[in-house]
Amino acid sequence: MIVPPSARNGVRRYQVSGPRVKRRLANIVFSAIAVVIFVCSVFPVYWMINTSLQPNNEIRTPVPNFFPKDFTLGNYVTVLFEPSRSPFLPALANSLAVTVLTVIIALVFAFLASLAVTRFRFKGRKAFILSILIIQMIPAEAMIVSTYRVLDSWSLLNTIAGLTLVYVATVLPFTIWTLRGFVNGVPVELEEAAMIDGLSRIGAFWKITFPLLAPGLVATGVFGFIQAWNEFVLALVVMSRPASQTLPVWLRTFQQANGTTDWAAIMAGSTLMAIPVVVFFLIVQGRMTSGLMSGAVKG
Amino acid sequence: MSSVSSSIDVAPGAIDCARQVPGPGSGGSGGAAGSGGPAESRRSRARRLLGGKRLAPALLLVPAIVILIVIIGWPLVQLVVVSFQQYGRAQVFGQAAPFIGFDNYTRVLGDSQFWQVLARSFLFCAVNVVVTMSLGTLIALLMTRLNKFFRALLSVGLLLAWAMPALTAVIVWGWLFDTQFGVVNYVLTQVTGIDFIGHSWLINPISFFAVAAIIIIWQSVPFVAFTIYAGLTQVPDEVLEAAQLDGAGAVKRFRLVIFPYLKSIFVVVTILQIIWDLRVFTQVFALQGIGGVREQTSTLGVYIYQTSLGTGDYGAGGAIAVIMVIIMMAISIFYVRQVIKEVEL
Repeated sequence: MIVPPSARNGVRRYQVSGPRVKRRLANIVFSAIAVVIFVCSVFPVYWMINTSLQPNNEIRTPVPNFFPKDFTLGNYVTVLFEPSRSPFLPALANSLAVTVLTVIIALVFAFLASLAVTRFRFKGRKAFILSILIIQMIPAEAMIVSTYRVLDSWSLLNTIAGLTLVYVATVLPFTIWTLRGFVNGVPVELEEAAMIDGLSRIGAFWKITFPLLAPGLVATGVFGFIQAWNEFVLALVVMSRPASQTLPVWLRTFQQANGTTDWAAIMAGSTLMAIPVVVFFLIVQGRMTSGLMSGAVKG
Repeated sequence: MSSVSSSIDVAPGAIDCARQVPGPGSGGSGGAAGSGGPAESRRSRARRLLGGKRLAPALLLVPAIVILIVIIGWPLVQLVVVSFQQYGRAQVFGQAAPFIGFDNYTRVLGDSQFWQVLARSFLFCAVNVVVTMSLGTLIALLMTRLNKFFRALLSVGLLLAWAMPALTAVIVWGWLFDTQFGVVNYVLTQVTGIDFIGHSWLINPISFFAVAAIIIIWQSVPFVAFTIYAGLTQVPDEVLEAAQLDGAGAVKRFRLVIFPYLKSIFVVVTILQIIWDLRVFTQVFALQGIGGVREQTSTLGVYIYQTSLGTGDYGAGGAIAVIMVIIMMAISIFYVRQVIKEVEL
């Protein structure tokens, strides 16, 4: 999944030739280092889940429990249904709505734009590509206040539509750029051949090129999903009303809800929020990297 | 919601318009084709194929351009305007905002706190980028030497760290470094024999940034490692073997063979890291919420947020934001130039 096709026989690529014993020793050392890095990467994630499965009083012990001693799903119940807390389900619904809309709209818009940029030559094409590259560099934090004012002037604060618009604009440059790489990768000759066989221009594109772009669309879609799902700053400012909070904002208010932090419950909330992203990542990571490579580096 | 359905309506409509464009070789396609130069035959063929009128690409671009202008362009203009105005809480509630020239800028640039924040941001960014790039490269090189099982294991570990939402990551690490019940303090106490229980990592600015750096590096190493590993697999075997036969050791092979091959990847990834680490917000902001001292730990993004929304000085906040955008642009020029070098636009 993670290995690009060309790397399949890459295992012994950079192997130092030398005495067999030395090589074997090197292999053991490298594998051991890999295990250490694996543990360092995974431990915080493990600890989050471990904490979330223990009662709150159990995690406040001088000696931490490295495994859930009194296994409980109580924290998840608390997070999901406890009425005195900021409710999870509406925040989940908001996050889902904004994320799904962002992905769909950004994909459609970016797809059209990437077609224009790759299949046509027109005045201003270079200017458009340049602006897309440059827009990516503008930090959202710098724009918070003016974005807030623009949305306010259209009465779009605390609305799904408003936040979706902002997210679409944020992910669009990168999405266009990446899709551009994918569309470029499909030879025009294929469409041409299909047209000689009697398909219309749109038909050729739809039946030949579009299916070949599916992986690219999935990869860019997932990128948009992750961005919209995880985004915190803009949502914090633009969706300040409790009823319109998204998950990241919800998670933060949760933490401040009472004086003593309910770490076990927060870990349960964090786990719930991370699961969708982790699942998506595991599915398409390989494609994302190759997409990033083709977009950012190779064209 | 209505905006959504209408935007979806746009899509087929735009394609239909493209279809109505007259066929290959029709008039109006003259200008650009002539300037094409050599190696353009594929392009011009594509152009002929998909219709030459200017209308088609324009229609395809309209949705993207409209939303970018409205949501990025217009606020950017407003940001610049506000940075030249006296704009405080009163103006938020409707009072007129008088123009005051460069007053906000002179005020910001004359404030020692701004320079501290700027220096802090750059220093923090530099440390993060250097450590992330080194670790990422080493892990990528390590991956080329692992067998399938250990490479998969390592990849899954890196993926999990990469996939964690930034805010979740901060909260989890905040818990790991918790003063009373954090595992870090527990393990350190066990290992060193010194009593770390009750030690607060976030109160001291230096250890605050150490924690922030760990979180950021933990999450950004995977991207670097995967990208460079993908690049490493493209380095031809023959060249490496030849270098090895000529007696080049591992370090020499990296310096003389691998690095030149991957130079463009290294440059682009490094610049992306610089940009991302310089504009870091969530990690610092959320860590401050768990227990940092704001005055001593703010970075540029957080400082803008505090100046604007915290103290209500939107004019000064705007000025800082404009300065930040200019800094980002200056850095990104190299990125843009590098990318353009790689790509036939």
